[in-house]
Amino acid sequence: MSDVQIWTYALVALSFGLYIGIAIWSRAGSTKEFYVAGGGVSPLANGMATAADWMSAASFISMAGIISFAGYDGAVYLMGWTGGYVLLALLLAPYLRKFGKFTVPDFIGERYYSKTARIVAVICALIVSFTYVAGQMRGVGIVFSRYLEVDINTGVVIGMVIVLFYAVLGGMKGITYTQVAQYCVLIFAFMVPAIFISIQMTGNPVPQLGFGDTLSDGSGTYLLDKLDGLSEELGFAAYTDGSKSTIDVFAITLALMVGTAGLPHVIVRFFTVKRVRDARKSAGLALLFIAILYTTAPAVAVFARTNLIETVSGKEYNDMPEWFSRWEKTGLIGHEDKNGDGKIQYVASPEINELTVDRDIMVLANPEIADLPAWVIGLIAAGGLAAALSTAAGLLLVISSSVSHDLIKNVLKPDLSEKGELWAARLSAAVAVVVAGYFGINPPGFVAAVVALAFGLAAASFFPAIILGIFYKKMNSKGAVSGMIIGLCLMLFYMLKFKFGIFDGGQEAVAGLQENWWFGVSPEGFGSIAMIVNFVVAIIVNLFTADPPEEVQQIVENIRVPSGAGEAIEH
Amino acid sequence: MSEKQRKATAYWRENLKYLTILLVIWFLVSYGAGILFKDALDSVRIGGFKLGFWFAQQGAIYVFVILIFVYVRLMNKLDKKYGYNED
Repeated sequence: MSDVQIWTYALVALSFGLYIGIAIWSRAGSTKEFYVAGGGVSPLANGMATAADWMSAASFISMAGIISFAGYDGAVYLMGWTGGYVLLALLLAPYLRKFGKFTVPDFIGERYYSKTARIVAVICALIVSFTYVAGQMRGVGIVFSRYLEVDINTGVVIGMVIVLFYAVLGGMKGITYTQVAQYCVLIFAFMVPAIFISIQMTGNPVPQLGFGDTLSDGSGTYLLDKLDGLSEELGFAAYTDGSKSTIDVFAITLALMVGTAGLPHVIVRFFTVKRVRDARKSAGLALLFIAILYTTAPAVAVFARTNLIETVSGKEYNDMPEWFSRWEKTGLIGHEDKNGDGKIQYVASPEINELTVDRDIMVLANPEIADLPAWVIGLIAAGGLAAALSTAAGLLLVISSSVSHDLIKNVLKPDLSEKGELWAARLSAAVAVVVAGYFGINPPGFVAAVVALAFGLAAASFFPAIILGIFYKKMNSKGAVSGMIIGLCLMLFYMLKFKFGIFDGGQEAVAGLQENWWFGVSPEGFGSIAMIVNFVVAIIVNLFTADPPEEVQQIVENIRVPSGAGEAIEH
Repeated sequence: MSEKQRKATAYWRENLKYLTILLVIWFLVSYGAGILFKDALDSVRIGGFKLGFWFAQQGAIYVFVILIFVYVRLMNKLDKKYGYNED
C-alpha cells in the first residue's frame, strides 16, 4: 500500500469512529429531541452544524472545479449560495423560530389553516429533499471508489450504514453533534491544501489574498493577469470575464439565493435553538463558517486552473507526472493524440483540443498536481465524505419528519402516541436511507441536473408562501396555495421543456431550444421568475377572496415579536 | 389599540426600516457591484483583482456576513428598547 492510501484509510477510519461515538453519546429519547434536538442547541454549535448541513459534496468536491472552468460566471454559485443566508437571517429564521413548530409544512399548514396547504408543502419538501439526497449518496460512493479503491456500490452501502446508524438512532440531536464534528473535518481538509498551494504559487499564506497577489517566481506578474493571458492564448474567454449573459447571471444568482432560503433542511436547523435571538445569531455564525470555504474556493479554482494549464498544455505526453496516469485510469482526465505529435494540445476549439478533464479533478487531484505531502492528499477523502454525509443526514431527517410528523401524525393518524411517532420517525428515516441509497447505486441520468433545479423548485414553491405568511398579515389560504401550486407547476414545466426537452423530442433537442428561453433565462435561473409569478398570483387571488380568520392574524402578530418563544410547542 | 399593541406595532416598524436598509446594501454589493456594474468597476484595480470580479467572488460574501451580524446587534438593541429581550 502506498503512503497516500495508508493516510487515507487512517483518516477516514478515524473520522468515522468519531461520528459513531458522537451518535451513541447523543441519541434521541423523545420526538422533540428527534425533530429539533430538544430545542437546546447553542448558537455556535448550531452555526457549525448548519454550515456542514449546507455544504454538500457539491460544495466540497465540485464547486471549485466548476468555478475553475467558468471563471467569473462561477460567481453565481458563490453569491447565490451565501446571499441566501442574509434572506434567511433577516426574513425567515427569527419568525419561524418564534412560531416554534417542528417543520416547514407545520408552519405552512397552521399559518394557512388548511390541510391542503400542509400537504402541498409536504410534497414540495419531499421532492426537493429526495432529488438532493440522491446526489449526496452518489458523492459518498465516488469518494470511496476513487480513494479506497472499493467499488462505487460498496461505497454507497458503507455510506448508507453509517448515516442510517446515526440518523435513525440520534435524530436531529445525533445529527447536530456529528455535523459539528463533520464541519471541523471538512473545513480543515479544504483549507490545508489551499494554504499550501497559495504559499507555493504566490508566497501568500492566505488563499483569499493569494489569488490576487503576484507570482512567487519574482516576475512581478499578477496571478490573475497570467491566467487571463493563458486562457485567451488557448482560445477560452478571459478568466475574469466569463461568457453568460448578464440577465442569466442575475436570474441564476437570485434563484439560488431564494432557493437556499427556502430549503427545508436548512430552515429546520433554526428550530433547534432556544431563543429568537439565538436563531438570528446562529444564521450569522453559519454564514461565517460557510464563507471560510466559499471565499477559499475561488482561490483554489484559480490555482488549480493555472497549475493544470502550465503542467499539461503543449507538453510531451510521455513526460507527464505520475498523477496524470493515475487519474487517467479513473477516467477523470484523458488524452487523445489527434495530430499525433506526442504533445498535449489543450485549447478551446473542440476539433483541436486533445485533453478531457472532469471538473471534479480540480479539488480531488489538486494536492497531487501541486505535489503536496501524502497526509494532505489523504485529508481530501475524509473531507469529501464529511461534506456528503452531513448533508445527506440533514436531508434524511427532513424526509422522515415530513412523513412521520406532517403526514402520519397530522393528517392520517392524529391519535398516534409520542412513542409511536418516534418509532414512525425512525422507520421513515430508515426507509428514506434505503431509497436514497438505491438512487445512489442506480442514479437516474437526470440526478445531477435535478439537484441544481431543486433550488428553483424551493424558490418557486416555499419562499413566497413563507414570506407572505410573515410580512403580509392579511394573506389567506387560497392565495398562498394557488401561488405555491402555480409556481411549482410553472417551474416543473420549464424544467421539463428546456432541461429535458420532453415536449420537443428529448435530450437531443435541448441545445436547440436555448434561443427560445423566456427572457433569455436558463432553466437554472428560472426559479426566480417562477417565484415572482408565485408572489403575483398569491396576492391577486388574495385580493378577491376572504381575509384569514382573526386567530390566524393573531398568530402573525405574535410571531413578529421575539419574546416568549419558549420551547418548540408539543402537540 | 392597547398599549401592548402599540408597542408591538412600533417595534415592527423599526424592524422593517432596518430590513429595508440592510437589504438595499445586500442588493447593491451582489447584484449591483458583482453583476450589473461589474464591467464598469473592473476598470478599477486593487492589487491583482479587478474590482467588479472581486466583489462577485469575494467582496459580496464578506459584506453578507457583516450584514447579518449588524442585524443581530441592531435587533438585540431594539429588543431591549421595547423590553422584548430574554436573558
